[in-house]
Amino acid sequence: MTRELITSAQNTWCPGCGNFALQHTLKNLLSDRLREGKSLDDVVLVSGIGCHAKIADYLNINSFYSLHGRAIPAATAIKLANPALTVICCVGDGDAYAEGLDHLIFAAKRNIDITVIVHNNRVYGLTTGQYTPTSPLGFKGKSTPSGTAEYPINPIELLLASGGSFIARGYTRKMEPLKALIKAAVDHKGFSFIDVLQICATFFPAADYYDSRVYDLPASDKLSFETACTHAREWDYNSDARIALGIIYERSIPTFDDRMITLRLSKEVRERALRVFCETRT
Amino acid sequence: MNEVSVLIGGKAGDGINSAGSMIAQLLNHLGYRIYLYFEYPSLIRGGHTFVIVRGSETDIGACRDHVDFVLALNEETLERHKLQYTKDTVIIANGDLVKNAAYGIPVKAILAEEKAPPIMGNSALIGGFAKAAGIEWEVVDAVFRRHIPKGADQNLAVAKKGFDSITTVHPITRCKNQPLALVSGNEAIGLGLIRGGLDAYLSYPMTPSSGILHFLAEEKERFGITVVHPENEIAVILMALGFAYAGKKSALGTSGGGFCLMTEGLAFAGMAEIPLVLVVSQRTGPSTGLPTYSGQSELQFVLYAGQGEFPRLIVAPGDAREALNWSENAMNIAWQCQVPAFILADKTLSEGIYSLDREAAGNLPGTGPVLWDSNTPYLRYANTESWVSPLAFPGANDAVVKVNSYLHDESGITTEDAEITIQMAEKRLKKGRTMSELMQSYEGVIQSGMRDASTSLLCWGSTKGVCEEAALELGLRVVRPIVLAPFPVDQIKKTLAGVKRLIAVEENATGQLAALAGQHGMYRRQEDPAARWQTLHG
Repeated sequence: MTRELITSAQNTWCPGCGNFALQHTLKNLLSDRLREGKSLDDVVLVSGIGCHAKIADYLNINSFYSLHGRAIPAATAIKLANPALTVICCVGDGDAYAEGLDHLIFAAKRNIDITVIVHNNRVYGLTTGQYTPTSPLGFKGKSTPSGTAEYPINPIELLLASGGSFIARGYTRKMEPLKALIKAAVDHKGFSFIDVLQICATFFPAADYYDSRVYDLPASDKLSFETACTHAREWDYNSDARIALGIIYERSIPTFDDRMITLRLSKEVRERALRVFCETRT
Repeated sequence: MNEVSVLIGGKAGDGINSAGSMIAQLLNHLGYRIYLYFEYPSLIRGGHTFVIVRGSETDIGACRDHVDFVLALNEETLERHKLQYTKDTVIIANGDLVKNAAYGIPVKAILAEEKAPPIMGNSALIGGFAKAAGIEWEVVDAVFRRHIPKGADQNLAVAKKGFDSITTVHPITRCKNQPLALVSGNEAIGLGLIRGGLDAYLSYPMTPSSGILHFLAEEKERFGITVVHPENEIAVILMALGFAYAGKKSALGTSGGGFCLMTEGLAFAGMAEIPLVLVVSQRTGPSTGLPTYSGQSELQFVLYAGQGEFPRLIVAPGDAREALNWSENAMNIAWQCQVPAFILADKTLSEGIYSLDREAAGNLPGTGPVLWDSNTPYLRYANTESWVSPLAFPGANDAVVKVNSYLHDESGITTEDAEITIQMAEKRLKKGRTMSELMQSYEGVIQSGMRDASTSLLCWGSTKGVCEEAALELGLRVVRPIVLAPFPVDQIKKTLAGVKRLIAVEENATGQLAALAGQHGMYRRQEDPAARWQTLHG
């Protein structure tokens, strides 16, 4: 059956929004998948709440449009429930680094085989312009008119500390490398994480800033944790420094879904097990 | 009627609970029906804890005021429970720790003679109890071998020395019943969920619900289920929803404080119409409250928790058998109607141990969920006559399964269209009506006690045991709804026919079921609860 990859839902992102680049990239990956003769029936998109999350309405694939900050635990369970599914989480920086930070750390710690793509525009868009955990010090938003009084967190460093097995950074104005990055993340067996620097055309148009600072990492660097730490600390989301793009760290370790598998039993076998259990208590 | 109560008291960490379980099994094998109550403070070591094992010829779910036997592992047990002793109460004690007990057992000396570790000290007391109660040694031998397979010989040697150190002072009579499985309310809930087809259980530990988590985690291979203890209660409910979205039957367990964190996820389940079973086992609130003590102050909370309006099922089983049956029912109804279903328990039920007649539990009504027939394009929120949309799960051929926490159209895509907003609100609420109709086929209200009495107790949950016994002694009727939402108005009216005076019995200060019944014109307060509080407590 032919499938339209985009639904008929009206797109309401602002012109110039970085979300278009991410949606386009995902759409291209999905059509590649179809061309390879693979089905899209076993792909699930899980989103949080925010501008990014509208992608769940726009892509014509299975989707779980979750609560703010709560995409990752749902995605974890979907993968545990049916390991044959490919589970991709699209989340915002407010979702992943503020409201649901605990879930992000635990997903990395568990190495659950899902992909988390953070649409990191470093500002709350849908609530019309407040600072996020990755906004630079002094960011003037509607809730911090005289500038934030706190440093941003560095998500790459955080993920390295949390035991992530695939940690990468992308940029919405570098679409070809972004596509390769997402494909590698989905193919990675285990928890994969991409912090995608995304332009918010309305509230944080940082294209010039990023364009003049980003550079591609050599693929060989990803195997050393120490090198990864150096790359992670080069730019702390606040300082004026070069910004590394690509896979910062990757390793292969057992996944949570493989470790948590329990053999399913038929109704009859269960009923018998129940009887035997009651016997042991008699 | 044959009946016996045994109190075992000591410090937390003294093995009081396992000693209680062994005594319960001894009585079980003499044909007694059991209720075991375990009271302990919220700490790991030290502090006073005790167990009361009560055996009776008929089913019970409560303790009496007095006890017939006391097994004291410390001096405090003698002091603290004085009011429960009568002149006939037989006090058996660890003679090394308790002075002036009528029957002191030289535990230290016995352990030394048998070269047994201190952990076996309680076996000496259990042996002593058996002899004092006139239980034949063969029964003790059989029960020990059955229930302590590891180290049974050495335990039995210690028990025999205790047995031989005492004379029979208060013989108890054998009953005609066959022994039954002894399970806690929490275990019965777990077994019921398994019968209902449970695939995954999610829980963050919180007393008094943790017993379900421990039980199911221990037995996950036996029953073929996945058990996850996530990072917090928010993850618990979102994971439960993720499993259900992917077609796996999930349930979660928590207590009031943990449930507070889940309310956003609950409303999501209501909006996205994802089947969900929640076990909320109450303790004394508000806030962290009294973690290890019972209470019934969360009924109004679970009735209204979550923003917006959506139907929900709430059932409050009164004992282990009802916990088994209604946990299975809750799972079936949650999937049939795609609603959140609550099993509202409390510490008394969760951690109490009951005789469970597995055969009498029987087969229950309930059919599977409505599934997509794959003939028409899939719409997750398709309008149907029952207002329940057929289910498909990701992975199904050519089905795009979209669930959404936003207001959505039939396909699951976000909308702000006024017409669809109205339609979807109607769909959710009328689905509640479908559930109410379905509930007519369940016995949601239990009438017991003196059935023709014109004064009736109105109670719910674990007070079943005490209310039914008290009602029989006082000549009262008991009306007890198990289903609390959708409120079974017709069934309650039927069971209340001829009642002139209704007395609400609840473990809360404000009368939460009474308030609910009042909303349906079934209960009129005679006084303000705050005024009543004044009279009682000055």
